[in-house]
Amino acid sequence: MKMEKVLITDSSFEVKPATIVRKRVLTDKEHLFEIRLEGGEALNHDPGQFVEVSILGAGEAPISICSSPTRRQGFEVCVRKIGKLTTVMHNLEVGDTLGIRGPYGKGFPVGILEGHDLLLIAGGLGLAPLRSLINYVMDNRRDFGRVSILLGCNTPQSILFGDEVDLWSSRIDVSFHCTVDRADPDWKGHVGAITTLIPGETIDPDYTFAIIVGPPVMYKYVIKELLAKGVPESQILVSLERHMKCGLGKCGHCQIHNIYCCQDGPVFRYDRIKNLRGAI
Amino acid sequence: MDNVVLDKNKLNSFIVQLRARHPVVAPVHRGYNRYVFDEVENGDQIAIPYIPTILPPKKYFMPQHETLIEYDTRLGQTLNVVVEFASLVIFGVHTCDLAGIQCLNIVLSDRPKDLHYLFRKNRVFIMGLECNDYCDEYASCHLMGNDLPKGGYDLFFTDIGEAFLIHIQTLAGQELIEDMDFLRPAESFHIKALQAVRSRKKEIFKNEVDVERDEIPELFERGFDHPVWREIGNRCLSCGNCTNVCPTCYCYDVKDIPNLDLRSGRRVRVWDSCQNEPFAKIASGESFRAERADRKRHRFYRKFKYHNDRFARYYCTGCGRCSRTCMARINLKETIAALKQVVP
Repeated sequence: MKMEKVLITDSSFEVKPATIVRKRVLTDKEHLFEIRLEGGEALNHDPGQFVEVSILGAGEAPISICSSPTRRQGFEVCVRKIGKLTTVMHNLEVGDTLGIRGPYGKGFPVGILEGHDLLLIAGGLGLAPLRSLINYVMDNRRDFGRVSILLGCNTPQSILFGDEVDLWSSRIDVSFHCTVDRADPDWKGHVGAITTLIPGETIDPDYTFAIIVGPPVMYKYVIKELLAKGVPESQILVSLERHMKCGLGKCGHCQIHNIYCCQDGPVFRYDRIKNLRGAI
Repeated sequence: MDNVVLDKNKLNSFIVQLRARHPVVAPVHRGYNRYVFDEVENGDQIAIPYIPTILPPKKYFMPQHETLIEYDTRLGQTLNVVVEFASLVIFGVHTCDLAGIQCLNIVLSDRPKDLHYLFRKNRVFIMGLECNDYCDEYASCHLMGNDLPKGGYDLFFTDIGEAFLIHIQTLAGQELIEDMDFLRPAESFHIKALQAVRSRKKEIFKNEVDVERDEIPELFERGFDHPVWREIGNRCLSCGNCTNVCPTCYCYDVKDIPNLDLRSGRRVRVWDSCQNEPFAKIASGESFRAERADRKRHRFYRKFKYHNDRFARYYCTGCGRCSRTCMARINLKETIAALKQVVP
């Protein structure tokens, strides 16, 4: 059958042209990119949302936004070199262009969090999406109660955003603890899984929201510790990683039972997903 | 709404005249018990009656391979966002497949809307064809409520013996046939013949599984750990045939296909299948439906529960294609029947 072709506008697959304005090598595997949309248009995102990054010829991949909407004109993404698009992206330099779709998804409900104590828990690369919230909280610090950050990493070398981590750990209005799975001789901090940091935290469970972002394996162990501390299930928020291929709630890759992680999430209240087998 | 009559010996004239305005696709015979929707030039090429085609008409609404974007990196991020479409008439669509098209319409017009799909669908004319009897033992169209027409067509044909009674449902359908002088207005005996077909169907079409339709959500509500998933999972070959032939499966992948110059290329959408192991895998390697049983169960839940929760409609049309095509003989009717068996 002979197909005709017509140009359309306003397609959900249309990308916004954008430019890389800054690039920082965080580790061998993770690079930080600051991206600006053409014409200085704001991305207008919420902490915890993600974008689809498009590189012509390499395709698209969902990447979490790791900067707070309170900062800079552009936005930042922390990209681990792990697949086709991310490998190509690591080779891009300042001044190179790419395409952006989004922001997509439901991020952290900052309005609901306001006035509460926050226990922010990140494992590994989970710090990237959580950083969007951490810096949002820093920039609106008086709107929140006690703020604690718990960070777990494989090794001291794999700690991301080292300069900011130093800053958080030195602030008087934030409690910061970090642990590594495997230490080196220079490491003076805590060694062990991130779950070992939770019992030592002083928590007022009724007023605390615990927010967890990490590798899939981490959630159930951390949630167990939080429940043991008395944090209500409705005050545990998780950001789930799935393959958000289209970001439009259609393609099916990120589906967990009847929810689409890309549109209904990625941030969920634990009590709303705990009965969905395989979600956690 | 109007009814007209087409004598069967005028079907050829009907198709030829239709074709003068738009390409016509219709069921065509392709070997023993194999039918496909394909372009026809005359009425003689059309196979009626036919059992459900290998692929449902979804291939005209959501092609297996579809260009979304054309790019040329020398032009930077300036892209051509395109829709590939064909103005065509699909003739002879069974009621199960009409229901399938409605299912796709609902999902892809849900926000954020899929403009590529919507543009294409509005350029297709649909002519339904009633099944006066069962196609074969795989169908479960009565259970799913799709043995009788429920809209979704411009014109609808019912075989009433020497002639087809044509129900004109839309103005677009009316305009397609207005200059066909061999069509006759339906008379009361034609309508009586239609009613006779419908009452005969009431005798023929019964629930194909010993389950009531309203019972299905509850079966799935409590059936998540039912051993039937393990049982069919053990037999499943993960080939993805069931999703390819399903009139309501629309999962897709989007990827770039560079041209040989490596500067220009296309971003395309292709069919994907939740039955493939990497489907729910994330970058770090975790697969959230690693077992075949998990993936089979997921597919059944999409047909009978998840989409029902969201869109208040079953995403199984009862066409029977998944069972007909399965190399491991996984049978939808047997699976639903097994799910009803309470496990000790």
